Order: sequence, then C-alpha cells, then structure tokens
Amino acid sequence: MKRTPLYHIHESLNAKFTEFGGWEMPLQYSSIVKEHLAVRTTVGLFDLSHMGEFEIRGQGANELVQKLSTNDVGRLTDGRVLYTLFCNETGGIVDDLLIYRHADNHYMLVVNAANIEKDLKWVETHNDSGAEVRDVSENTVLIALQGPKSIDLLNPFVPEQDVSEISFFRFAVDEVAGIPTTISRTGYTGEIGFELYVNADDAENLWNALYPAVMEADGQPVGLGARDTLRLEAGLRLYGMDMNDDTNPYEVGLGKFVKSKNRQFIGKNALLREKKKGIAKQMIGFQMLDRAVARAGYAVYQDGERIGSVTSGAPSPSLKYGIGFAAVSSQAIPDDGKIDIEIRGKMHPAKIAKVPFILR
Amino acid sequence: MIPHNLRYMESHEWARQEGDIVTIGISDYAQSEIQDIVYVELPEVGTELTQKTEFGVIESVKAAFDLYAPVSGEVIEVNESLLDAPEQVNESPYDDGWFLKIRMTDPGELDELLDADSYQAHIEAEHA
Repeated sequence: MKRTPLYHIHESLNAKFTEFGGWEMPLQYSSIVKEHLAVRTTVGLFDLSHMGEFEIRGQGANELVQKLSTNDVGRLTDGRVLYTLFCNETGGIVDDLLIYRHADNHYMLVVNAANIEKDLKWVETHNDSGAEVRDVSENTVLIALQGPKSIDLLNPFVPEQDVSEISFFRFAVDEVAGIPTTISRTGYTGEIGFELYVNADDAENLWNALYPAVMEADGQPVGLGARDTLRLEAGLRLYGMDMNDDTNPYEVGLGKFVKSKNRQFIGKNALLREKKKGIAKQMIGFQMLDRAVARAGYAVYQDGERIGSVTSGAPSPSLKYGIGFAAVSSQAIPDDGKIDIEIRGKMHPAKIAKVPFILR
Repeated sequence: MIPHNLRYMESHEWARQEGDIVTIGISDYAQSEIQDIVYVELPEVGTELTQKTEFGVIESVKAAFDLYAPVSGEVIEVNESLLDAPEQVNESPYDDGWFLKIRMTDPGELDELLDADSYQAHIEAEHA
C-alpha cells in the first residue's frame, strides 16, 4: 500500500488508517461525527494526497482535453476549474474529475486515486494531437481546508491577496505560508473551502503551518470517514460506488455535465443514443424513516417489488438519520416517494429525499 | 479499565452473572474501536439464544458489527433505552450500555469465556 508524505504526522495524531484506492489513508483521528461536525461548524484539515494529478500542456493540449471531456472545456478561462467526466465509447463513465486551466494549452487534471493508472492510459491512448502528458501525482500533495472558518483561517497565510475574492470553482497560484501553492476554491464537503496543491517536499511544512491555526479555530484534522459522510450530505457522487465504467452520466444524475452542442467528445454518439432511447435507471436520494442505516448494496423495494439498490449510504451526522443514493428503475419511482430498504432480511421504511440533503 | 467481575468473548462481548441471569454488553475496548454508535438492533424478549451465535447488530457511522451470545438461554429483558439513545454504548459500555439479560440454560458455558486477564492479553495480541 502507498503512503502519503504526511503518513508519520497522521500516525503521531493517533489516526486510524484504512485502505482506499491502493493507499493507506487516515480514516479518522478522533471520531467521524466530531470531525464531520467540525467541518460543518468551524474548519477541517484533510490530507488528500492520494488523489491523482496530471499536467497536460503544449500544442494540442486544448484539443486533447476537449476530446476526452463530456463538459465543455472551451468555456474555461485561465484560473477557472471545471467539473467533468471522461466517458468511454459506449457512454460509460471512465472517471469524474476536475480540469484546471492555467493558460491556453496548459491544464491540470485531478482524478480519483483508484483510477490514476486507468486514466493515464486513457489520456495517453487518445493523445493524437501531440500534447505533453505528465502524471505528477507522486510529486503533488493536496491538502484541503473546508468549513465556514476556512477563509478567515487561510487569509493570514496569504499576504499577497484576499482569498475570499477567489470565487467558487476558481483558483490562484500564490504562496501559502511562503510555500508555492495552487489555491483552489473547491471541495467535496458542501462547505466553503479550499483545496491546496503543493509540491510533495513542501507538504509537511504546509500542514504544520495550518494545523495549529485549525486547532486554534476549534477545528479538526479530518479523515476519509467524515469525508464520505460530508460528500453524501452534500449530494456528491463517489466514483466506484455511485458510478463506474458501465453507468452513463444520465443514470447517475450527472447529465448536466454532458455538453453535446457544437462539439465532439468520446462517448458523445452513444450518449445521444441513450438519451433518445430513454434512461432506464435513475439515481435517487433517500432518507430512512426509522433509525436503521442503509448501506451500499442493500435492496430497494416499492410495494414489495424490487426496484433497485443502494449505491452509497450512511447515517448523516448532521441530520441524525440514515441517508444515501440508490440506483432504481426509472419507471418504478413512486409518486408518493415511499420506498422500503431491506436491511438484514427486514424491510425498513424510507422515502425519496431532495439532493443535496443539506442546504448551505 | 477491564472489570474483573465479568467474563469476555474474543469478539468483545462481556457477560455478568447474577444467579442464573446473565447480562450482556460490549467492552470498553470494543466501543472505543467502533466509535460513534448510531443504531442497535436487538432480539425480542422470549428469543432463545445459542452461545457463540449472532443475536444482534450495532452500527457505527462507518460500518455494522455483529453481536455474539456469550451463553445460551432465553432473553428475559432488553435495554429498550438503546433504541433512542444508542450512544450509551459508547458512554457507558459496562453499565447503561448493556444489551440483554438472559436466563442461561448451561452455567458451564461461562467457564468457556475469558477472564479479565486473558481478555486483556487477547486485546494486546489483537492490537499488536
């Protein structure tokens, strides 16, 4: 298993570890609920070094990213970030990712940890426009600062600008605590926050600069356990759980990130065909109506008939009941929103809920 | 932190004997490993339990964990307060956080369980 450059810091903070995408990552430091609520009320500090970063630049870079991306990279200007998908020829999702535009023909792609090798191969295979593609994951550390206090916390470390002026899905290249950093106003929690990309050699210095300020602000270091409940409450899908190579964007509610007009990309024809045919499966958000917890893989029923399966599920630390996503047959979605979820052989009542589950 | 008046299973349940009645819970070590307990599923009064077989489930934010019966017997009381306040298992694993009382059928089964020192050794081995 791979370890992040900050592994020994997590160890010294008594973290419990978990395997994720081939990495030994902190699962929790104190308690998932405590860490989750810190992000909702104050601030949380995350080591997300496992995420993959590719640099794509040079002649042909524009062409390459446009060809791979379901969302329109042509709409990006310098300093902007785009959430998008790579799809295969049959419309299945290869990965969901962020594309950062540094300049014309100069991009950074941020991909899921478990997909780094697959994505790199995918990008290289389709690189017939001569762009330079580099996997910089090993040299790049991602530290996230998420929560309502993150702007005030970060500002003193960035003398050259007011980070509150970096708006949502934009980024700036600057120094944080004297360390060259890509400061990105993005996140996976539904809160105000930043994702900070630094060279691996600087990771420990950045963490050590921010950590005391986070604790001072009643914040917490946050592991992958709370990262999962935070993203779930915020209605954000997770690759490998809610989607994979065999699901298309429409089936998982990501159709709005497919921009087909006046542009070509891999999977476009298949997706247009699927859309015309009608989408047989749909992703719903649900909430439990008793105290039981529905988890991935559990069967979903309506009036005694199986209509689908839970893809992600957990108790919501903010709402205090179970929430999740389920992939269900589009025809079977009940008007009254009432469904049942089978948990260890027993039916438990649930209902379809609005996503995101929490509004900020 | 491991009470000497109880018997333990390797799966971290404890048993407290009072005559032929045995009270069941999970150890402080187990609750601190599981953390954030949000749901407890227990059998009804009258259910017959068999030693070392599953009788219920506790769920943390992260996962579900099976509970195993330390002795065989009939469930005579269930800690209903856990349904609304499962966090008692975290806060008070040996007292308020108990699960069931059982009328045991074979007191000899208690001898098959670990005493406090053996359980301590078992935890240390598991943690190493």
